Amino acid sequence: MSLDKATVRKISELARIDVPDADLEPLARELSAILGWIEQLGEVDTDDVAPIRSVMPITHPWRDDVVDDGDQQAAITKNAPSAHDGYFVVPKVVE
Amino acid sequence: MATLTELGLAEAKRRIASREISAVELTQAHLDAMERAQHLNAFITETPDLALEMAEAADARLAKGEAGLLEGLPIAIKDLFCTEGVATTAGSHILSGFVPPYESTVTRNLWAQGAVSLGKTNLDEFAMGSSNMTSYHGPVRNPWTRPEDNAALVPGGSSGGSAAAVAARIALAATGTDTGGSIRQPAAFCGITGIKPTYGRCSRFGIVAFASSLDQAGAFGRNVADTALLLQAMAGYDPKDSTSADLPVPDWTGSLSGKVKGLRIGIPAEYRVEGMPEAIEKLWQQGADWLKAEGAEIVEINLPHTKYALPTYYIIAPAEASSNLARYDGMRYGLRVEGENLAETYMRTRAAGFGAEVKRRIMIGTYVLSAGYYDAYYLKAQKVRRRIVDDFEQAFQKVDAILTPTAPSAAFRVGEKMDDPVAMYLNDVFTVPSSLAGLPGISVPAGLSAEGLPLGLQVIGKAWDEQTVLDAGLALERAAGFRIAPYGLG
Repeated sequence: MSLDKATVRKISELARIDVPDADLEPLARELSAILGWIEQLGEVDTDDVAPIRSVMPITHPWRDDVVDDGDQQAAITKNAPSAHDGYFVVPKVVE
Repeated sequence: MATLTELGLAEAKRRIASREISAVELTQAHLDAMERAQHLNAFITETPDLALEMAEAADARLAKGEAGLLEGLPIAIKDLFCTEGVATTAGSHILSGFVPPYESTVTRNLWAQGAVSLGKTNLDEFAMGSSNMTSYHGPVRNPWTRPEDNAALVPGGSSGGSAAAVAARIALAATGTDTGGSIRQPAAFCGITGIKPTYGRCSRFGIVAFASSLDQAGAFGRNVADTALLLQAMAGYDPKDSTSADLPVPDWTGSLSGKVKGLRIGIPAEYRVEGMPEAIEKLWQQGADWLKAEGAEIVEINLPHTKYALPTYYIIAPAEASSNLARYDGMRYGLRVEGENLAETYMRTRAAGFGAEVKRRIMIGTYVLSAGYYDAYYLKAQKVRRRIVDDFEQAFQKVDAILTPTAPSAAFRVGEKMDDPVAMYLNDVFTVPSSLAGLPGISVPAGLSAEGLPLGLQVIGKAWDEQTVLDAGLALERAAGFRIAPYGLG
């Protein structure tokens, strides 16, 4: 699989990473090389193989639906680039 | 004081327990070593004041006859574990200024057992790398150099700072995390011991996430017993991590015997890769001979899908990373670079905050999960991963543990392999398959390369059978008698 500049632009937008135009070409080459190497997986017969999601057969435990922590507003907003009155301040989303 | 830094973790524990030395003395000796080894760049954040405060508290508890498993023992923490009130960067600019308001479960366990924190060690950005060269805070220098020159070598990665700190006698032991080899490969490169336990053995709560189905915390020490002791204090069930296993932590330290008599040790034919240096090939054979001499039976086995492990890993790990790293959007913590609107703020923040390798992996992950490609890449990788897991399951019908080299080379120069991502990925060819299967693995220093650099042997065990891994590791350690300090220590 060889990626073109337009595809890399699209991926960068999906990934929310700004990529300058000048970097698209070298990035396309790097990503294409990695994907080309990955494509050898096509050699493996995986018909009738169930995909694996969790490697350990861990059953998820149930617990009572009760609050066991909380009142952490100050701690949660402490690292915010911008916070006001216990809220995160973010750029305007709705015009 | 220099001799205090030569003690191992278990030996220092004995001397502290008998009050022969104090925790403050021991900690100060390590802080002095840290001061002398600044050129290694092993730490991102050093916490000398906190270390002395913790050591004083440990001495006070010891005076009262109260002592935890690691009372008064100075250790280093990979800067991927969130530590309350102490900056945590994951080696990334995007977490610049982030001071966690909470403690990871693993470090909480360690402090509860009386351990003393020397600081937070350097690592590849978000643990993505095998050389520690992708860190925003600069590369770590391996305390080892080739005898013939003084060129800076990499410590391996991603837990390069932890491995360098332990090898350089700055810390008695250190925590690491291993997603595809990030404990075992740096342990091998730095001539120390490192263990990745079974997936689920340690809580991932408070560890900055890279690839959640693979990430697992583990331990570095200068010998197997020390590594077992640290791991014992780290491990255990945690309701805050739904993938942590609700199993009792065995007394690995108390049961450690180094006995391999009657064990069947598998040698996988597929690990004989092309271009492997002769010294590594020979050391591997030597390792098998050592175990055989101790009464183990050597069995040839096959792990047919080995060559597909790396490409499988480089779909699954970036896919999970692209999802995990979506949280770094400049809104709640870390870096924010303002743009004209919300979308632009996201894009500028992430462009400025992530380094080249992290961006590459996020973009690969985004692509393999995107509409139209999911089945061809991600689903395919999950199916091949099943094949790899099945390979190990079949092998473990015949053997109790598997012996392999840890890495296909010794430490390389700082700056090498940076222009070819795939060449860098090949470093993990022997560690990634067992990571995909969630199995425990240890790397034990066992010999030297042709250039005089340390080489490691890896023992892979069955799920939850860290004990056999540790015992086989100890048998190798005893036979190898690897007691060389890094030449670079001067």
